Amino acid sequence: MAAISREEVAHLARLSRLAVTEEELDTFAGQLDVILQSVAQVGEVAAADIPPTSHSVPLTNVLRDDVVVPGLTPEEALSGAPDAEEQRFRVPRILDEDVAS
Amino acid sequence: MTDLTRLTAAEVADLVASGGTSAVEVTQAHLDRIAAVDDRVNAFLHVDTEGALAAARAVDERRAAGEELGPLAGVPVAVKDVLTTKGVPTTVGSKILEGWRPPYDSTLVQRLRAAGTVMLGKTNMDEFAMGSSTEYSAYGPTHNPWDLSRIPGGSGGGSAAALAAYEAPLAIGSDTGGSIRQPGAVTGTVGAKPTYGGTSRYGLVAFSSSLDTPGPCARTVLDAALLHQVIGGHDPRDSTSIPQPVPDVVGAAKLGATGDLTGVKLGVVTEFTGEGAEPGVMAAFRESVEALAKLGAEIVEVSCPHFKYALPAYYLIAPSECSSNLARFDGVRFGLRTGDDGNRSLEEVMSLTREAGFGPEVKRRIMIGTYALSSGYYDAYYGQAQKVRTLITRDFTSAFEQVDALISPTTPFVAFPIGARTSDPYQMYLADLFTIPTNLYGGPAISVPCGLSDGLPVGLQIMAPTMADDRMYRVAAALESTVGTFTPPAL
Amino acid sequence: MTTTLPAYDEVVARYEPVIGLETHVELGTNTKMFCGCPTDFGGAPNTRVCPVCLGLPGSLPVANKAAIEATIRIGLALNCSIAEWCRFARKNYFYPDMPKNFQISQYDEPLCVDGYLDVEVNGELVRIGIERVHLEEDTGKTLHVGGATGRIHGATESLVDYNRAGIPLVEIVTKPVPGTGALAPEVARAYVTELRDVIRSLGVSDVRMEEGSLRCDVNTSLNLPGQEWGTRTETKNVNSLRSVERAVRSEMLRQASVLDAGGKITQETRHFHEDSGDTTPGRSKETATDYRYFPEPDLVPLAPDTAWVAELKAALPELPRLHRRRLQKQWGLSDLDMQSVLNAGAVELIEQTVAAGATPAAARKWWLGELSRRANETGVELADVGATPGQVAELQGLVDAGKLNDKLARTVLEGVVAGEGSPTEIMTNRNLEVVSDTGALTAAVDEAIAANPGIADKVRSGKVAAAGALVGAVMKTTRGQADAKTVRELILERLGAQG
Repeated sequence: MAAISREEVAHLARLSRLAVTEEELDTFAGQLDVILQSVAQVGEVAAADIPPTSHSVPLTNVLRDDVVVPGLTPEEALSGAPDAEEQRFRVPRILDEDVAS
Repeated sequence: MTDLTRLTAAEVADLVASGGTSAVEVTQAHLDRIAAVDDRVNAFLHVDTEGALAAARAVDERRAAGEELGPLAGVPVAVKDVLTTKGVPTTVGSKILEGWRPPYDSTLVQRLRAAGTVMLGKTNMDEFAMGSSTEYSAYGPTHNPWDLSRIPGGSGGGSAAALAAYEAPLAIGSDTGGSIRQPGAVTGTVGAKPTYGGTSRYGLVAFSSSLDTPGPCARTVLDAALLHQVIGGHDPRDSTSIPQPVPDVVGAAKLGATGDLTGVKLGVVTEFTGEGAEPGVMAAFRESVEALAKLGAEIVEVSCPHFKYALPAYYLIAPSECSSNLARFDGVRFGLRTGDDGNRSLEEVMSLTREAGFGPEVKRRIMIGTYALSSGYYDAYYGQAQKVRTLITRDFTSAFEQVDALISPTTPFVAFPIGARTSDPYQMYLADLFTIPTNLYGGPAISVPCGLSDGLPVGLQIMAPTMADDRMYRVAAALESTVGTFTPPAL
Repeated sequence: MTTTLPAYDEVVARYEPVIGLETHVELGTNTKMFCGCPTDFGGAPNTRVCPVCLGLPGSLPVANKAAIEATIRIGLALNCSIAEWCRFARKNYFYPDMPKNFQISQYDEPLCVDGYLDVEVNGELVRIGIERVHLEEDTGKTLHVGGATGRIHGATESLVDYNRAGIPLVEIVTKPVPGTGALAPEVARAYVTELRDVIRSLGVSDVRMEEGSLRCDVNTSLNLPGQEWGTRTETKNVNSLRSVERAVRSEMLRQASVLDAGGKITQETRHFHEDSGDTTPGRSKETATDYRYFPEPDLVPLAPDTAWVAELKAALPELPRLHRRRLQKQWGLSDLDMQSVLNAGAVELIEQTVAAGATPAAARKWWLGELSRRANETGVELADVGATPGQVAELQGLVDAGKLNDKLARTVLEGVVAGEGSPTEIMTNRNLEVVSDTGALTAAVDEAIAANPGIADKVRSGKVAAAGALVGAVMKTTRGQADAKTVRELILERLGAQG
């Protein structure tokens, strides 16, 4: 049984903001299926009592003093912008439904 | 006259310091070499001729003024294009960052500049460091100087190939699952992955934040140690940076070079000596193990039962983190924007930009990561992979109670022909089979040339406990002292 | 669609409301949450940015110690447990005002959990459970161009400024609050008011709703008595205390009308409109994004040790409610009197005036009398009326020393409010001091007696009350600068009458 369907791949592409082509969908569906079936092996290790590791360094409380540090000039900040206007980053119109919390 | 490009970094530094040559001469020699061979090797994405010569002149002026110079002053370095360089193009091997000139320097590049090294340019890599062959670069593959029809490993194939082609004596790489060590192994060069947190990630364009580790690449173990010393150490701008001094890697490399490993106990990882590796690779590895024993090392077998889950765990953790890290490439603040015709919405333009800017391997990993982090799948995939990470760390901890360091081949196979594995992504993933466990654990590991198989280089990997980077340098230098270095055929 | 809404009394007679509040507070730290950029307001666009808060490739966050401490202090003030170990998490969604397209927040491991805040409503104490207090980063500001008055709808493009991106934001989430019945809107308002006062007393934020440094989302549901809680809606955009109350009320009415008609409440986000006082639907939860939270790998865990937390706890100020109670006792006020002080927003002002040397009664008289009147007239907050507690105490000191009488003091206060200087300066410059020289006064008294022989005779014959007219005459010749009591005593003395 396939781990992932073509429709699910299309959904993932949308979530990931990738305007994939129909051709790509066909290719990716097969490849992602192979990969996901292989990586599913992690489920073989019975590990209810094993704590997860998110960080390999044993550090905690790495904090910065609340002191202002010089940043970028607006020119530097906007230097790589594909489009700018009024010293701001210009973007195309935003759809209403994109508004998140 | 000496060919300055054939010298080690240590030799170049001594020669510059003693006035036997100038930094400008050394730099020019390497720029000439790049001009002569790089159209065939394609190790560099950007050569910063003016910047390099200016930096070299500054070193010469300082020497002339009688200033104290650092141990690598005047030595050229090639920097993997994953590190930001102020005003110098940084693409991460991707179309999505084509033409981007960062407004800031990464910590490593700052340290390289402060040490008086001369940055020659930026080296080719698999896009966003995702790959094991440098074939996934958006700017064409890098060719292995040992055989131009073969891959130089990846993702840092550009840095390794630049060393093997004598275009630079030193290079910087980054290692998330083997991207320093595996190219080192297949190009006959030395590549070291420091302890995670031992080198700063500030300015390293993130692939997988909990695994990414920048580190040194060189043609000799001592050169790698000298570079490690310069780039390592605590950085307050990286929260995961370890607030401790760099272990004495240079001292350890010099100690190892004496060829005495008496009292050192090495563990051969049982799980990495069976199936999965080519016979030629295994033969070279076994010969090296005997050589190490002759130097006085005690060799035992150590089992790390969970290492077999490292590859699947890695291919969940790294894509998950990458799916989030790469979200910022959206055509708003920097880089490519495609399809903004005045009618399309932001969402459409973002999707078109990312579709056009990312290559297939990056897209695959973003989608796998998005899947693995989704609420319905998190526990079975990402959550479970993090538990495997704990088990692998336990394997390492218990192994290091028995031995000082673990050894294995660096890669299961020698450099394969360009195009041989691109159609099957999972086959490509196997290239990192032996290197990945260390990344999940966070410890240091080094690949050092140990022999040839069918005329192609084989690497031996030495894995040490976290913050014991010096141990692997000692063992690597000892092996180097007995098997020597390996020179590819003339280009 | 126009539906006639049911009457509020009927709604609360039929349904039981459950409310919940999510409050965001921008901390007043010097620098942003994860970088050293300043947080001050009002800079030109993109002048408070660096690689970190712009989300440039390669940049990394480092957490601000002051923000962590402020969050722990808020948690402690809200009687929360402080996590011994917790992590930041990434909340992944695409939006251009969020530079990394993920927000660093906290998910299932908040810094503070399980507390409460007691609030007073109509003299009764209501305990509001606190679910969690966590820390996250704010977003940038998007300017929508080409549509109607900056609205996103109909805009042709948007312009983004990242000055606000990365400002530390504390989110405080209540547990569901059932059982408040008809008082639900007032309880919601009282909670936000009290929360604001608590946070202000900690000095960690200026908590101004009108400037957006305190923002509120209100959850509301209705259920029939004895039945399970209803489906809740989340009303966003509630940006004043009055709106909190109105939003709950309006949502209760709307939901009741839906339920009365046999309809179902959709779990959704709704937007509150300040002008109309009602809510309109936003994003439905069914299409809500899966945020794909996972532990932030670029930040190491937080593990506040006991000593650190104890130190922060020891330095907490008295809670506003307890503080007010203590002041009420000290000032000897009835509940009603204290309420008028509270309503006038005069607690701190009176407290500081007392600290500067005035009696509580005098301080209260000035702030609730003359100054409140003036604030009302000019439409400003009492604190911004133009007089400081120190000046009010100084003024009262001049009255107590007999240098000013009540009328003169009011004249001087007008000068203070007008910015003419300190009370003493104004008194001297405008020559308003009470005439206390008895020689000069005696002459004025004698003059008044001579000018009004008839009245003088009445007083001599024992009609002491008639002396008032003579006092008035003296006050007139001395331009009000005499002390009326002294004048009266002098008159009676000259006329041989007993007061």
